Amino acid sequence: MTGTLLALDLAAIREAIGAVADPEMPVVSIGDLGMVHLVDREGDTIRVSILPTFLGCPAAEMIQAAVAERLEGMGLAATVAMSHAVPWTSDRITSAGRAALLAAGIAPPTEAVDPPCPMCDSTRTVMDNAFGPTQCRSLHYCRDCRQPFEAFRAG
Amino acid sequence: MTAAATEAPPTASAADLLRSMADDEFVIGYSDSEWTGIAPLLEEDVAMSSLSQDELGHAAALYDLLAGLTDGDRDALAYDRKPADYRHARLLDHGRGDWAMTIARRYLYESADAVRLEALVAGSWGPLAELARTIAREERYHRMHIDAWLTRLARADGEPRDRLIAALTTLGPDAGTVFAPLPGEAALVGDGILAATMAELEAQWRASIEPVLRDLRLPVPPTTDDPGTGRTRHSEAFTDLHATFTSVRRSDPGATW
Repeated sequence: MTGTLLALDLAAIREAIGAVADPEMPVVSIGDLGMVHLVDREGDTIRVSILPTFLGCPAAEMIQAAVAERLEGMGLAATVAMSHAVPWTSDRITSAGRAALLAAGIAPPTEAVDPPCPMCDSTRTVMDNAFGPTQCRSLHYCRDCRQPFEAFRAG
Repeated sequence: MTAAATEAPPTASAADLLRSMADDEFVIGYSDSEWTGIAPLLEEDVAMSSLSQDELGHAAALYDLLAGLTDGDRDALAYDRKPADYRHARLLDHGRGDWAMTIARRYLYESADAVRLEALVAGSWGPLAELARTIAREERYHRMHIDAWLTRLARADGEPRDRLIAALTTLGPDAGTVFAPLPGEAALVGDGILAATMAELEAQWRASIEPVLRDLRLPVPPTTDDPGTGRTRHSEAFTDLHATFTSVRRSDPGATW
């Protein structure tokens, strides 16, 4: 009984953490991006570990602070750490996350070097630069609707 | 190899390895960030800024791990040492130079770093093996970028090719300093933290780049010049870079930014 309640509590806490928005792409949450690694309890303290998408990502510290603030707002004592226990990969992005990226005009990660255009679905696209405005995005151009667009980098 | 090695790495030798890797990433990241705003193409302004941001991120994560071993502080490790106390490879001590110099340096360094990371990803010290796997994932884009540029300059006859050859000729004798012997490397190999000695890794690296360079009719790096001081004897170009990257820190020591 206690075990079930504890599990439910942790699930609810995990959900609240996952809802924190990504500071550089507020259309997706850190849960959508698959960045929430471990949420467990040690005595009265909630221990959270977050996987950074890229090691040099300047948003990482902001995310860490936002998670700590969210838990504090729920009246919980918590420690929030960044972890490299498993490498984050773009496969961790949820289907809701992919849909939100697409809706915002950012092509979700694909195996193909040239992802379909998020505006018109055309596959006649070309990569302009593997490096974009943030470490997780690349720059592309659609030859059909003639729009530049960004893609979330795969890998 | 043993459980004990996983829990407690041989501190001094692991610290030497971490310091060498972190300093490499920090120095190349800082040098290449100097291209921000002045790269030959707008795309390369963005690419070099992003690459540098990655390298500084890797340096920060490695300094964090080092700080944990030596009871130090990440920022102090990065900014508060004298130039003589940095342990990056002398390959990275030639100043920014022209674009061909940057491409040649990145090619030599990235190819060597890839061999070194590969020797760490299955290591017995969990925190370092995990970090090496994460770094290796990000470096994949760096390799794609630099391989494309090396080929592009090599196949463009005339000035681009001439400048690339000049850069590889200048850097060649220092290229192998990424694998300069580390004081405690025997212990690292013995404990299964590092898969092979630096000399063995250097041989692997040479075998991986020589066919590529020969195919492009580019000079192959000669035997390393004075490998024993490969990470200890630095140039005036580094003293200048050090003065730049510590200037903000020195302007208000101890400030919280």
